Amino acid sequence: MKKVVIMGCGRTGSWLANLLDAAGHSVTVMDVETYSFRRLLPDFKGKAVIGNGIEQEALKKAGIEQAEIFIAVTQGDNRNIMAAQIAKHIFNVPRVICRIYDPLRQEIYQTLGLETISPTTIFAEMLKKWVEE
Amino acid sequence: MYIIIVGGGGVGYYLAKALLEEGHEILILEQNRTLCETINDELGGICTRGDGCEVATLVQAGTSRADMFVAVTGEDQHNLVACQLAKHKFKVPRTIARIKIPKNAGLFKKLGIDITINGTDVILEHITESVPTHPLTHLMEIPGEGLEVVEIRLPAGSLSIGKAVKDLSLPAGSMLSLIIRKDQKPIIPVPTTVLMAGDQIIAVTSAESEAAIRAALKVK
Repeated sequence: MKKVVIMGCGRTGSWLANLLDAAGHSVTVMDVETYSFRRLLPDFKGKAVIGNGIEQEALKKAGIEQAEIFIAVTQGDNRNIMAAQIAKHIFNVPRVICRIYDPLRQEIYQTLGLETISPTTIFAEMLKKWVEE
Repeated sequence: MYIIIVGGGGVGYYLAKALLEEGHEILILEQNRTLCETINDELGGICTRGDGCEVATLVQAGTSRADMFVAVTGEDQHNLVACQLAKHKFKVPRTIARIKIPKNAGLFKKLGIDITINGTDVILEHITESVPTHPLTHLMEIPGEGLEVVEIRLPAGSLSIGKAVKDLSLPAGSMLSLIIRKDQKPIIPVPTTVLMAGDQIIAVTSAESEAAIRAALKVK
Protein backbone atom coordinates (compact mmCIF):
# COMPACT_ATOMS: atom_id res chain seq x y z
CA MET A 1 0.00 0.00 0.00
CA LYS A 2 1.47 3.35 -1.06
CA LYS A 3 0.54 6.84 0.10
CA VAL A 4 -0.05 8.84 -3.03
CA VAL A 5 -0.96 12.50 -3.55
CA ILE A 6 -2.31 13.38 -6.99
CA MET A 7 -2.56 17.01 -8.02
CA GLY A 8 -5.26 17.63 -10.63
CA CYS A 9 -8.53 15.73 -10.77
CA GLY A 10 -9.05 15.96 -14.51
CA ARG A 11 -9.42 12.96 -16.79
CA THR A 12 -5.98 11.56 -16.04
CA GLY A 13 -5.87 12.47 -12.36
CA SER A 14 -9.30 11.07 -11.57
CA TRP A 15 -8.77 7.93 -13.64
CA LEU A 16 -5.49 7.27 -11.85
CA ALA A 17 -7.03 8.05 -8.45
CA ASN A 18 -9.85 5.56 -9.07
CA LEU A 19 -7.42 2.88 -10.24
CA LEU A 20 -5.03 3.28 -7.32
CA ASP A 21 -7.87 3.46 -4.81
CA ALA A 22 -9.40 0.25 -6.17
CA ALA A 23 -5.98 -1.40 -5.90
CA GLY A 24 -5.91 -0.59 -2.20
CA HIS A 25 -3.55 2.40 -2.09
CA SER A 26 -4.07 5.42 0.10
CA VAL A 27 -4.95 8.21 -2.33
CA THR A 28 -5.46 11.94 -1.88
CA VAL A 29 -6.44 13.90 -4.94
CA MET A 30 -6.32 17.71 -5.08
CA ASP A 31 -7.96 20.16 -7.41
CA VAL A 32 -8.81 23.85 -7.39
CA GLU A 33 -12.44 23.12 -8.24
CA THR A 34 -14.89 20.93 -6.32
CA TYR A 35 -16.68 20.22 -9.58
CA SER A 36 -13.68 18.17 -10.76
CA PHE A 37 -14.29 15.62 -8.02
CA ARG A 38 -17.46 14.46 -9.82
CA ARG A 39 -15.10 12.25 -11.81
CA LEU A 40 -14.27 10.16 -8.75
CA LEU A 41 -16.26 6.92 -8.50
CA PRO A 42 -19.02 6.74 -5.86
CA ASP A 43 -17.08 4.11 -3.92
CA PHE A 44 -13.80 6.09 -3.95
CA LYS A 45 -12.36 5.68 -0.46
CA GLY A 46 -9.52 8.20 -0.72
CA LYS A 47 -9.54 11.90 0.13
CA ALA A 48 -10.46 14.77 -2.16
CA VAL A 49 -8.94 18.09 -1.10
CA ILE A 50 -9.59 21.53 -2.55
CA GLY A 51 -6.40 23.49 -3.06
CA ASN A 52 -3.76 24.82 -5.37
CA GLY A 53 -0.67 22.62 -5.49
CA ILE A 54 1.72 25.52 -5.96
CA GLU A 55 0.86 26.65 -2.43
CA GLN A 56 2.75 24.87 0.32
CA GLU A 57 -0.15 25.17 2.76
CA ALA A 58 -2.49 23.41 0.36
CA LEU A 59 0.02 20.61 -0.17
CA LYS A 60 0.35 20.16 3.59
CA LYS A 61 -3.42 19.90 3.88
CA ALA A 62 -3.31 17.15 1.29
CA GLY A 63 -0.81 15.28 3.45
CA ILE A 64 2.29 15.85 1.33
CA GLU A 65 4.51 15.39 4.41
CA GLN A 66 3.48 11.74 4.69
CA ALA A 67 3.28 11.05 0.96
CA GLU A 68 5.55 8.50 -0.67
CA ILE A 69 4.61 9.51 -4.19
CA PHE A 70 3.47 12.85 -5.62
CA ILE A 71 2.02 13.03 -9.12
CA ALA A 72 1.32 16.36 -10.86
CA VAL A 73 -1.23 16.06 -13.66
CA THR A 74 -3.04 19.40 -13.99
CA GLN A 75 -3.60 20.98 -17.39
CA GLY A 76 -0.77 23.46 -16.92
CA ASP A 77 2.80 22.34 -17.59
CA ASN A 78 4.25 25.13 -15.49
CA ARG A 79 1.89 24.49 -12.62
CA ASN A 80 2.92 20.81 -12.63
CA ILE A 81 6.59 21.73 -12.81
CA MET A 82 6.36 24.14 -9.91
CA ALA A 83 4.30 21.83 -7.68
CA ALA A 84 6.59 18.89 -8.44
CA GLN A 85 9.64 20.93 -7.48
CA ILE A 86 7.99 22.03 -4.23
CA ALA A 87 7.19 18.38 -3.43
CA LYS A 88 10.73 17.30 -4.24
CA HIS A 89 12.82 20.14 -2.82
CA ILE A 90 10.72 21.50 0.05
CA PHE A 91 8.87 18.41 1.28
CA ASN A 92 11.42 15.79 0.17
CA VAL A 93 8.78 13.41 -1.17
CA PRO A 94 10.68 10.22 -2.13
CA ARG A 95 9.18 9.95 -5.61
CA VAL A 96 7.78 12.81 -7.65
CA ILE A 97 6.32 12.46 -11.13
CA CYS A 98 5.41 15.40 -13.32
CA ARG A 99 3.43 15.52 -16.54
CA ILE A 100 4.75 18.02 -19.10
CA TYR A 101 3.00 18.23 -22.47
CA ASP A 102 5.73 20.34 -24.08
CA PRO A 103 8.47 17.90 -25.20
CA LEU A 104 11.24 20.51 -25.01
CA ARG A 105 10.39 21.54 -21.48
CA GLN A 106 10.07 17.87 -20.54
CA GLU A 107 13.57 17.16 -21.79
CA ILE A 108 15.07 20.09 -19.88
CA TYR A 109 13.40 19.25 -16.59
CA GLN A 110 14.36 15.60 -16.98
CA THR A 111 18.01 16.69 -17.15
CA LEU A 112 17.40 18.92 -14.12
CA GLY A 113 16.54 15.81 -12.14
CA LEU A 114 12.75 15.77 -12.24
CA GLU A 115 10.97 12.55 -13.19
CA THR A 116 8.85 13.72 -16.12
CA ILE A 117 6.42 12.22 -18.60
CA SER A 118 5.35 13.83 -21.85
CA PRO A 119 2.10 12.32 -23.19
CA THR A 120 2.79 14.23 -26.40
CA THR A 121 5.93 12.32 -27.30
CA ILE A 122 4.59 8.98 -26.09
CA PHE A 123 1.39 9.28 -28.10
CA ALA A 124 3.20 10.61 -31.17
CA GLU A 125 5.64 7.68 -31.06
CA MET A 126 2.71 5.26 -30.79
CA LEU A 127 0.99 6.80 -33.78
CA LYS A 128 4.21 6.78 -35.77
CA LYS A 129 4.62 3.04 -35.12
CA TRP A 130 1.04 2.47 -36.13
CA VAL A 131 1.55 4.44 -39.37
CA GLU A 132 4.68 2.50 -40.23
CA GLU A 133 3.23 -0.95 -39.52
CA MET B 1 22.77 45.55 -21.38
CA TYR B 2 20.36 43.27 -23.21
CA ILE B 3 17.41 42.61 -20.92
CA ILE B 4 14.49 40.29 -21.67
CA ILE B 5 11.24 40.86 -19.83
CA VAL B 6 8.57 38.17 -19.75
CA GLY B 7 5.11 39.64 -19.21
CA GLY B 8 3.85 42.89 -20.68
CA GLY B 9 1.28 43.78 -18.03
CA GLY B 10 1.56 46.83 -15.80
CA VAL B 11 4.82 45.78 -14.15
CA GLY B 12 6.50 44.74 -17.40
CA TYR B 13 5.42 47.87 -19.20
CA TYR B 14 6.72 50.37 -16.66
CA LEU B 15 9.87 48.35 -16.05
CA ALA B 16 10.63 48.37 -19.78
CA LYS B 17 9.95 52.08 -19.96
CA ALA B 18 12.34 52.83 -17.10
CA LEU B 19 15.07 50.56 -18.45
CA LEU B 20 14.76 52.02 -21.96
CA GLU B 21 15.32 55.46 -20.50
CA GLU B 22 18.53 54.16 -18.96
CA GLY B 23 19.65 53.15 -22.45
CA HIS B 24 19.29 49.37 -22.24
CA GLU B 25 18.26 47.08 -25.06
CA ILE B 26 14.87 45.66 -24.10
CA LEU B 27 12.70 42.87 -25.41
CA ILE B 28 9.30 42.06 -23.92
CA LEU B 29 7.68 38.68 -24.48
CA GLU B 30 3.90 38.84 -24.12
CA GLN B 31 1.23 36.42 -25.31
CA ASN B 32 -1.70 38.81 -25.37
CA ARG B 33 -2.00 40.54 -28.73
CA THR B 34 -3.66 43.72 -27.49
CA LEU B 35 -1.05 44.25 -24.78
CA CYS B 36 1.68 43.59 -27.32
CA GLU B 37 0.30 46.13 -29.79
CA THR B 38 -0.12 48.80 -27.12
CA ILE B 39 3.49 48.37 -26.00
CA ASN B 40 4.79 48.54 -29.55
CA ASP B 41 2.72 51.65 -30.29
CA GLU B 42 3.86 53.43 -27.18
CA LEU B 43 7.42 52.27 -26.58
CA GLY B 44 8.56 51.36 -30.09
CA GLY B 45 8.79 47.84 -31.49
CA ILE B 46 10.19 46.14 -28.40
CA CYS B 47 7.47 43.55 -27.79
CA THR B 48 7.33 40.14 -29.42
CA ARG B 49 4.21 38.06 -29.15
CA GLY B 50 5.08 34.74 -27.60
CA ASP B 51 5.26 32.49 -24.58
CA GLY B 52 8.32 33.13 -22.44
CA CYS B 53 8.23 29.52 -21.27
CA GLU B 54 8.57 28.10 -24.79
CA VAL B 55 12.10 27.18 -25.77
CA ALA B 56 11.50 28.15 -29.41
CA THR B 57 10.36 31.64 -28.42
CA LEU B 58 13.38 32.07 -26.18
CA VAL B 59 15.74 30.98 -28.96
CA GLN B 60 14.14 33.52 -31.29
CA ALA B 61 14.50 36.21 -28.65
CA GLY B 62 18.24 35.61 -28.50
CA THR B 63 18.09 34.61 -24.85
CA SER B 64 21.60 33.19 -24.85
CA ARG B 65 23.05 36.66 -25.34
CA ALA B 66 20.85 38.30 -22.70
CA ASP B 67 22.60 39.83 -19.70
CA MET B 68 19.50 39.81 -17.60
CA PHE B 69 16.19 37.98 -17.68
CA VAL B 70 13.19 39.29 -15.74
CA ALA B 71 9.91 37.38 -15.42
CA VAL B 72 7.03 39.53 -14.19
CA THR B 73 3.83 37.79 -15.26
CA GLY B 74 1.07 37.54 -12.68
CA GLU B 75 1.60 33.82 -12.10
CA ASP B 76 4.39 32.35 -9.99
CA GLN B 77 4.63 29.13 -11.95
CA HIS B 78 5.19 30.95 -15.27
CA ASN B 79 7.84 33.20 -13.75
CA LEU B 80 9.60 30.21 -12.21
CA VAL B 81 9.71 28.15 -15.39
CA ALA B 82 10.73 31.08 -17.62
CA CYS B 83 13.61 31.91 -15.28
CA GLN B 84 14.71 28.29 -14.92
CA LEU B 85 14.85 27.92 -18.69
CA ALA B 86 16.80 31.17 -19.02
CA LYS B 87 19.20 30.07 -16.31
CA HIS B 88 19.79 26.43 -17.17
CA LYS B 89 19.18 26.23 -20.89
CA PHE B 90 20.44 29.66 -21.99
CA LYS B 91 22.92 30.41 -19.19
CA VAL B 92 21.65 33.94 -18.57
CA PRO B 93 23.86 35.30 -15.76
CA ARG B 94 21.13 37.15 -13.87
CA THR B 95 17.52 36.01 -13.52
CA ILE B 96 14.87 37.88 -11.60
CA ALA B 97 11.37 36.60 -10.85
CA ARG B 98 8.33 38.33 -9.47
CA ILE B 99 6.46 36.14 -7.01
CA LYS B 100 3.02 36.40 -5.50
CA ILE B 101 2.95 33.60 -2.96
CA PRO B 102 5.40 34.78 -0.26
CA LYS B 103 6.19 31.25 0.95
CA ASN B 104 7.66 30.28 -2.41
CA ALA B 105 10.63 32.64 -2.21
CA GLY B 106 12.74 29.87 -0.67
CA LEU B 107 11.91 27.48 -3.48
CA PHE B 108 12.92 29.99 -6.16
CA LYS B 109 16.26 30.57 -4.40
CA LYS B 110 16.87 26.84 -4.07
CA LEU B 111 16.20 26.37 -7.76
CA GLY B 112 18.80 28.93 -8.76
CA ILE B 113 16.76 32.05 -9.49
CA ASP B 114 19.08 34.92 -8.55
CA ILE B 115 16.57 37.42 -7.22
CA THR B 116 12.91 37.25 -6.28
CA ILE B 117 10.71 40.27 -5.87
CA ASN B 118 7.73 39.58 -3.73
CA GLY B 119 5.08 42.10 -4.63
CA THR B 120 2.70 40.82 -2.00
CA ASP B 121 5.27 41.29 0.76
CA VAL B 122 6.20 44.77 -0.42
CA ILE B 123 2.58 45.88 -0.33
CA LEU B 124 1.92 44.14 2.99
CA GLU B 125 4.97 45.72 4.61
CA HIS B 126 4.01 49.17 3.47
CA ILE B 127 0.52 48.79 4.82
CA THR B 128 1.42 47.08 8.10
CA GLU B 129 4.17 49.61 8.65
CA SER B 130 1.51 52.32 8.74
CA VAL B 131 -0.44 50.48 11.43
CA PRO B 132 0.83 52.13 14.64
CA THR B 133 0.70 48.94 16.70
CA HIS B 134 2.77 46.89 14.26
CA PRO B 135 5.89 45.95 16.23
CA LEU B 136 8.26 44.63 13.55
CA THR B 137 8.93 45.91 10.06
CA HIS B 138 11.34 44.49 7.51
CA LEU B 139 13.54 47.25 6.18
CA MET B 140 15.84 45.32 3.89
CA GLU B 141 17.34 41.96 3.13
CA ILE B 142 21.10 41.50 2.89
CA PRO B 143 21.49 39.35 -0.22
CA GLY B 144 23.47 36.14 0.12
CA GLU B 145 23.97 36.26 3.88
CA GLY B 146 20.46 35.29 4.93
CA LEU B 147 20.34 38.38 7.10
CA GLU B 148 17.80 41.13 7.26
CA VAL B 149 17.51 44.55 8.78
CA VAL B 150 14.34 45.05 10.81
CA GLU B 151 12.79 47.82 12.78
CA ILE B 152 11.20 47.01 16.11
CA ARG B 153 9.13 49.47 18.08
CA LEU B 154 9.00 48.93 21.83
CA PRO B 155 5.40 49.40 22.85
CA ALA B 156 4.54 50.75 26.28
CA GLY B 157 4.12 47.74 28.55
CA SER B 158 6.87 45.65 27.00
CA LEU B 159 8.73 43.79 29.74
CA SER B 160 12.09 44.76 28.28
CA ILE B 161 11.57 48.43 29.09
CA GLY B 162 14.13 49.43 31.74
CA LYS B 163 16.37 46.48 30.89
CA ALA B 164 19.95 46.85 29.68
CA VAL B 165 20.89 45.41 26.29
CA LYS B 166 23.24 42.89 27.93
CA ASP B 167 20.34 41.45 29.97
CA LEU B 168 18.22 40.63 26.95
CA SER B 169 18.50 37.06 25.70
CA LEU B 170 18.99 37.93 22.06
CA PRO B 171 19.27 35.03 19.61
CA ALA B 172 22.80 34.24 18.40
CA GLY B 173 23.77 36.29 15.39
CA SER B 174 21.23 39.02 16.08
CA MET B 175 22.39 42.49 16.94
CA LEU B 176 20.74 45.74 17.93
CA SER B 177 22.47 48.33 15.78
CA LEU B 178 20.70 51.58 16.42
CA ILE B 179 18.14 53.05 18.77
CA ILE B 180 16.07 56.01 17.70
CA ARG B 181 14.41 57.96 20.49
CA LYS B 182 12.00 60.83 20.17
CA ASP B 183 13.73 64.22 20.16
CA GLN B 184 17.17 62.68 20.59
CA LYS B 185 20.16 61.84 18.44
CA PRO B 186 20.18 58.19 17.36
CA ILE B 187 22.08 56.01 19.86
CA ILE B 188 24.42 53.16 19.00
CA PRO B 189 23.52 50.67 21.73
CA VAL B 190 26.23 49.36 24.06
CA PRO B 191 25.70 46.50 26.55
CA THR B 192 24.69 48.94 29.28
CA THR B 193 22.19 50.91 27.21
CA VAL B 194 18.78 50.78 28.89
CA LEU B 195 15.71 50.44 26.71
CA MET B 196 12.82 52.86 26.98
CA ALA B 197 9.20 52.77 25.95
CA GLY B 198 8.69 54.00 22.41
CA ASP B 199 12.26 53.13 21.32
CA GLN B 200 12.62 52.46 17.66
CA ILE B 201 15.26 49.75 17.39
CA ILE B 202 17.05 48.93 14.16
CA ALA B 203 18.38 45.37 14.36
CA VAL B 204 20.22 42.92 12.16
CA THR B 205 18.93 39.37 12.39
CA SER B 206 18.58 36.18 10.41
CA ALA B 207 15.15 35.44 9.02
CA GLU B 208 14.85 32.39 11.30
CA SER B 209 15.62 34.38 14.45
CA GLU B 210 12.88 36.90 13.85
CA ALA B 211 10.50 35.29 16.32
CA ALA B 212 13.32 34.86 18.88
CA ILE B 213 14.31 38.52 18.73
CA ARG B 214 10.70 39.53 19.23
CA ALA B 215 10.50 37.21 22.21
CA ALA B 216 13.76 38.62 23.65
CA LEU B 217 12.37 42.13 23.43
CA LYS B 218 9.00 40.99 24.80
CA VAL B 219 7.27 42.34 21.76
CA LYS B 220 4.22 40.38 20.67
